[in-house]
Amino acid sequence: MIPFLRKRMISSAIPLFCVVLGVFFLARMTGNPVDLYLPLSATAEQRAEFSAAQGFDLSIPAQLWNYLVDAAHLDFGTSLRTGQPATEMVLDAFPVTLQLAGVTMLLAITGALLVGSLAAYRPNSLVDRIASLLSMTAASIPDFWFAIMGVLVFGVSLGWLPTSGTLGGPEIWILPVATLLIRPFGVLVQVVRGSMVTALSAPYVKIARSKGATPQRVIFGHALRNAVTPVLTVAGDLAVGLVNGAVIVETIFGWPGIGKLMIDSILQRDFAVLQAAVLLTAVTIFALNILVDVCHALTDPRVRLAVPA
Amino acid sequence: MPREEPTTADTTAGASADTTADVAAADTPGTSAAGALDDPAADTAGMTAAGTAETAASGTATGAGRAPHRANWWRMLGRDRAAAVAAVVLSLVVLVAVFGRLVIGDRAQRQDLDASLRPPSLGDGVYGLFGTDVLGRSVLARLVDAAATTLSVAVPAVLCSLLIGSALGLWAGYHGGRRESVALRVADVILSFPSLLIAVVVLYVFSPSALNIVLILAVARIPVYLRTARAEAAELRSRLFVDAARTFGTPARHIIHRHILPIALPTLLTVATLDFCFVMLTESSLSFLGIGIQPPDVSWGLMVAQGRQYLQTAWWITVLPGLAIVFTTVSATVLAAWVRMATDPAQRWRLTLPTKRRGASAAVPPELIP
Repeated sequence: MIPFLRKRMISSAIPLFCVVLGVFFLARMTGNPVDLYLPLSATAEQRAEFSAAQGFDLSIPAQLWNYLVDAAHLDFGTSLRTGQPATEMVLDAFPVTLQLAGVTMLLAITGALLVGSLAAYRPNSLVDRIASLLSMTAASIPDFWFAIMGVLVFGVSLGWLPTSGTLGGPEIWILPVATLLIRPFGVLVQVVRGSMVTALSAPYVKIARSKGATPQRVIFGHALRNAVTPVLTVAGDLAVGLVNGAVIVETIFGWPGIGKLMIDSILQRDFAVLQAAVLLTAVTIFALNILVDVCHALTDPRVRLAVPA
Repeated sequence: MPREEPTTADTTAGASADTTADVAAADTPGTSAAGALDDPAADTAGMTAAGTAETAASGTATGAGRAPHRANWWRMLGRDRAAAVAAVVLSLVVLVAVFGRLVIGDRAQRQDLDASLRPPSLGDGVYGLFGTDVLGRSVLARLVDAAATTLSVAVPAVLCSLLIGSALGLWAGYHGGRRESVALRVADVILSFPSLLIAVVVLYVFSPSALNIVLILAVARIPVYLRTARAEAAELRSRLFVDAARTFGTPARHIIHRHILPIALPTLLTVATLDFCFVMLTESSLSFLGIGIQPPDVSWGLMVAQGRQYLQTAWWITVLPGLAIVFTTVSATVLAAWVRMATDPAQRWRLTLPTKRRGASAAVPPELIP
């Protein structure tokens, strides 16, 4: 396991370095980075002062070196909006998104395993067809629209749930989590169903059935562990995609997470914060990919054996 | 996946052997993830081939070799009610997008402050059917105009990524070795970023024009086709007919074009249909966030965003464009499932039966994911 982890971390360090470089060059590709960092209304003096303070008058290699040293110290400059250090703002916002995404993925995976297995147990039955249709629809509903409809029905018309905000009891979680949930749930049900259909037609399942094992034991004891590998991969990719959803959900429901921070920094041209947020998201995603690979190794001995070679 | 040649026990064994080899040979973690992603498709293929070997053999034997008659396609579409409805909805959307602007003229932009926020009614003529927005513009006319904008972003983006991604993937998969691992690694890097995040950063630096959105979405989706095409080509390169072609000295590009592409194409087209939904949803999200299509142009996502502040008084401005998105994407998903079955010789026979007697159909491929 340790050599595997070490190898995996080294191999993800290279793309991560590319991201850091990419952000640097993106900021210089369109010409003067001062245009990028400062709001459009900045005066000429402000621009000159900012340029000198940030070292934009140095040569490109010198700037790159400073940038890399700062990035290694987690220093991405200060926000133009609030004057706070960008790193601090990003680290404040991060746990909110992480909680939201964590709850969502947990619910999506548990729910999809249950519904998908149920649908796969009797292929083409009524349950199966309803589950397929619902999951297909769930995977193709635009999340922002779903959120707005949720607000319209449950917030405005019925008044059961708050329309936005993070103050209050557990009910504030319902609409944001439901919005984030629909797409991963819809996709995962289809993946679980597909791989469970495969697993349930394997000879060992026939043997288990002929020995008189209960349906629950056949599904959860025998088939699921073999069917879970593709589900893990897709769940990992969906968790990456949750960042897309988080941007939408946090904007609509006013949650102070990293998605809202990114959109706000874009709309108010706060590049330092955007840069820190993008890099932190990238690091999280690479960590997540490693976690998915570890789970693969834990559930599938073939992967575990193949890796150290 | 079962190919055009008759399905035999040999190919089934071959497919599952390949799958095992794929997992076992995954020495680098990057390829391990990609290999695992390809697995369900291969597994499913093995399963269907095994489960329906007897029935499929007869079905494939008649269907193989020659292209199916055109009338068969229509009949198969007619048999599947959901797919037929989906096809009708999609053709309607395409027709509206292509010819709609000729019919409505400048109605989508024509303001009439006296007619502000009128609810949908049958009494106000065709353009009042879906009500008006706050500036008195006809929501129906705007929906038609937005259909054209939405499709003019989604279709070029899907075509670009389909062409580039498939070409690279087939090339990498056929040659294998270092070319394959470099291509896969690049795909992994692009795919490990949320597409919205890439779009957001690039649209921050460059201006949010329709062309930029098309380019970003195309680049963000290339890896999906690259992975699929690579998996197909890597499996096909060891087939007998490819070996035969190679023995006769056929150049690699001809082998890819004549022997590998035709077999991989149905899968790639299915992925493209599913991807169309994804691209459409991303474009709507971007427009909704205010960094996609910019006014005075209008897209369905932008209409939802514009109607949001009048949600309590005028629900139709927000609800209708959202419904338009849902109908289009759900139709594309349903049709993609049908196309996948119809273009797969080993599964096509199912479509000639009534829905109830079809048995277990294959799963939706994981390429659906962002």
